Amino acid sequence: MESTVLEKKEVEAEVKAQPYKVNNMMQNPIEKIESPILNIDKLSVSYGGDKYSINEVSAGIAKNKITAIMGPSGCGKSTLLRAINRMHELYPDTHNKGSVYLGKEDIYKMNPILLRRKIGMVFQRPNPFPTMSIYDNVIAGYLLNGIKLKRSEKDAIVEKSLREVGLWSEVKDSLHNKGTFLSGGQQQRLCIARALAYTPEIILLDEPTSALDPIATAKIEDLLVKLKKDFTIVLVTHNMSQAARISDYSMFMYLGELVEYGKTKQMFTMPKDKRTEEYLTGKFG
Amino acid sequence: MNTSAQISNAKLNRRLLKDKLFTYAIILLAFLSSVPLFLILFELIKKGYRQINISFFYKVAPDTMEAMVAVKNNEIIPGGIANGIVGTLIIVGMASLIAIPVGIICGMYLAENSKGKFAGVVRFIVDMLQGVPSIVLGVIGYIWIVKPITGGFSGLAGSVALSIMMLPSIVRSTEETLKMIPETLKEAALSLGVPYHKTMLRVVLPSGISGILTGVILGISRIAGETAPLMLTALGSAAISTDITEPSSAIPLLVWEFYNDPNLVDMIWSASLFLLILILCLNLTAKAIAKRWKVQY
Repeated sequence: MESTVLEKKEVEAEVKAQPYKVNNMMQNPIEKIESPILNIDKLSVSYGGDKYSINEVSAGIAKNKITAIMGPSGCGKSTLLRAINRMHELYPDTHNKGSVYLGKEDIYKMNPILLRRKIGMVFQRPNPFPTMSIYDNVIAGYLLNGIKLKRSEKDAIVEKSLREVGLWSEVKDSLHNKGTFLSGGQQQRLCIARALAYTPEIILLDEPTSALDPIATAKIEDLLVKLKKDFTIVLVTHNMSQAARISDYSMFMYLGELVEYGKTKQMFTMPKDKRTEEYLTGKFG
Repeated sequence: MNTSAQISNAKLNRRLLKDKLFTYAIILLAFLSSVPLFLILFELIKKGYRQINISFFYKVAPDTMEAMVAVKNNEIIPGGIANGIVGTLIIVGMASLIAIPVGIICGMYLAENSKGKFAGVVRFIVDMLQGVPSIVLGVIGYIWIVKPITGGFSGLAGSVALSIMMLPSIVRSTEETLKMIPETLKEAALSLGVPYHKTMLRVVLPSGISGILTGVILGISRIAGETAPLMLTALGSAAISTDITEPSSAIPLLVWEFYNDPNLVDMIWSASLFLLILILCLNLTAKAIAKRWKVQY
């Protein structure tokens, strides 16, 4: 009787000391990125009160690579993404600790308006401006910010951006129609073109294909892989196979914590953290 | 087995009959509620059509003597309602100039801060404003403008009274319209580094333009026919008056004046008909705009 109690205690102590069995205990599950374009330093974000949606996340984002953020619903992946261009501040009562550096600048000390011109964003649902034509949608960043362009400059930006997203041949004869008459996949590519036209350094995508059919999804994925030579891409995705297909680096988040971060190939073949492994093998999520 | 089936058949037939009766009753009642408008139009056209000719639109209202002579000789009354038309256009136009910017901005504020405490208070007050009797607004116009500012009855005072009256409909329609616009649209603009005020004015507002315009036009059509506030403010004028600090006429005021003058009674019908058609046209325009300019997102 007594011995079984002891045994139980021993087991509990062992579990506490080693909460997650790590496959390779010698390796840090968070990989360090050499000369990152963006450096997230102990970032915590709260939507009010003491509860933090993400907790002390530290990671570097590699330049001209695709970084995927994965994790189950509510793990804070969208919050992390929005904190990078300060879109989370649209909600009242948000506050955060830690900092994010774009190059050497702390983004929380920058003007959010200027920051968002350097870090563009694409959303879950395609959201072209419904009152604008396709043409105006592409250059919306310039139009709405009152930046005067010559007709030829406008034409060049529109054509270049639409070519980059592979939409040019589909819409070149209907540039002055409303963007909302396009199909969902075309609308999403238009939104990507709108973000590109402003030549940001980083493009954030918040589950950009979750509202699209498989064919449109494949097109967007191909597009992202092509775009990474000019831009740094950070992508939130629900879809693990999407992360495996297109990303160079992957983050796995769970309950507001960055559990594991490293090269996608390695994470999918040899995850370092038990929770990552369980998520990737479909045990939860 | 067989009997129970028969019983249920009889029951079923009774139910079907009830169902039919109910449907017909609804159609009948729906029809009845649309009858008054047609009866009014019929009555006004029957009695007023002879009066409406070109001079009706460019001549001022006749005086009693002219009208009396015309009636005696069994002719149509000369003159028109030009002073009323011009007065209504100026008074309603001024009222719109005051109420539209204030109302739209207030509606934007309410839509953006739907849960705020101050917004709740504002929303409550706007709703209360809707219930303020129009004659009370006339008294307010009298106290605020007629006595201290224009030193006498004036079109401006009428405009102020009417602008307060049309404010609630603009505020609420703007708020309701903007609430329907997806948040993602605002996010799209903000994520492009567009400042908040430009996002609201150049992305969100244009997307809701059809709903907002509909509210504005319905507000205009509501005040265009108001009489009570104008009696205490604009008073009325026999001549065409374009000076907003002077007393001014308006179509509903003319109807009231015609009613009070036994010799001019026949003019009531034509003036009412014109006013009714004007307001119907405004409402139809509002409907057309709501349909045609609807933004798809």
